[in-house]
Amino acid sequence: MFPLQRYEKADSVQDAIRLLSDNPEAKVISGGTDVLIRLRDGKKAYNQLVDIHDLDELKICDITADGTIRIGAGISFSEVIASDIIEKHLPHLHKAAETVGGPQIRNIATIGGNICNGVTSADSASPLLASNARLIIQGPAGKREVALSEFYLGPGKVALDQNEILIAFTISKQDYSGYSGDYFKYAMREAMDIATIGCAAACLIDGNQLVDLRLAFGVAAPTPIRCKQAEEAACGEIINEALLTKIGDALAEDVNPRTSWRASREFRLHIIRELAERVIKNAIENAGGTLT
Amino acid sequence: MNQNITLTVNGREKTLNIDVRSSLLEVLRDQLGLTSIKQGCGVGECGACTVIIDDDIIDSCIYLAVWADGKSVRTLEGESKNAVLSTVQKGYVDEGAVQCGFCTPGLIMTTTSFVEKNRGKEISHEEIRKAHAGNTCRCTGYQTILTVAGKCLEPGKEPDE
Repeated sequence: MFPLQRYEKADSVQDAIRLLSDNPEAKVISGGTDVLIRLRDGKKAYNQLVDIHDLDELKICDITADGTIRIGAGISFSEVIASDIIEKHLPHLHKAAETVGGPQIRNIATIGGNICNGVTSADSASPLLASNARLIIQGPAGKREVALSEFYLGPGKVALDQNEILIAFTISKQDYSGYSGDYFKYAMREAMDIATIGCAAACLIDGNQLVDLRLAFGVAAPTPIRCKQAEEAACGEIINEALLTKIGDALAEDVNPRTSWRASREFRLHIIRELAERVIKNAIENAGGTLT
Repeated sequence: MNQNITLTVNGREKTLNIDVRSSLLEVLRDQLGLTSIKQGCGVGECGACTVIIDDDIIDSCIYLAVWADGKSVRTLEGESKNAVLSTVQKGYVDEGAVQCGFCTPGLIMTTTSFVEKNRGKEISHEEIRKAHAGNTCRCTGYQTILTVAGKCLEPGKEPDE
């Protein structure tokens, strides 16, 4: 039995916001793969829950008339993987979803929960950052939008009020059209593991020119990050092996990994550079480019 | 903190009065006596509590029982029909893919869901491994289990019903 003090099932997003507003101690549960484990662990912060599991409003995954991709916060990782839209337009997100936990976890854990829990190791964070994802958040005063890059405030801290619900992620057409992508998760095991480093890249190429590079990492800093220095070093340059080295050099300015029981800072720095080169190379090749 | 839920368990509809604090594992074991389901780690790592809900496998130890309201749940107990083992169960017996047996009910549900979803498709050894990555077995070394999954997908292996 989970040590719950109070449990309320919301029948809509509006209802969830009302229940959360009525009880400032309440937290949201969706897939439960983090919350139920913390609760079983005896974490009192999670013993009053508002349940948004399986709400239809959070299950959308489509492209709107203006070409914007919408991914509902309540979509499970298995649903992310099964989505033709995501596989075609956001291959780095598709690949990242494949690396989450194991099959049982992917069937229940949601992409919204992965972002809202604020951890730097979230597999979906770096691909969403690389595609300039925006968040649609609903609260008592209505809906607001925020860029994912502004959503992370610190380890485990996100810009979401206690009585707000993340509805969906949006990616505008200009942020995916023509871009290829790749993701690589470095972990001790090939399944059922937390990333030591996760790396996502989205590339736009024109012939042998790298028109745009978006590079993002998980676990390379206290929150998932974009690599502005590395991106600036890459944009507009001719694609060759020397460019990969140049990007790798510039990366040092962007990242700030820590030493933990999983890996040392030095080891992570090595992996960051190696992954950046591999993932960018793959993304370029997926776009039909070649390294000379 | 009780509530009624109605769900289908191994093909039979049940209405149960449950405590909303219960995991699905607790309700299936303690209220329905379906003790094939094991609580191993209790945190969604080992897969010993795996059941199939509406065609998808989940860890029933970290699944609130209330979420199963209106859904269809399958456990190992429902897999053999009229004392005849399912194709996957028979495969586990034939390959000797069982030793202590603690993980077996969960693994059989994982293999069953995988085989049902992939029948007729070209499946690589890597895909079979990946599909079984959420179940831990400390005895068999996995090879026999992966062999069962591969053999159950071979042409000529008929679905159970």
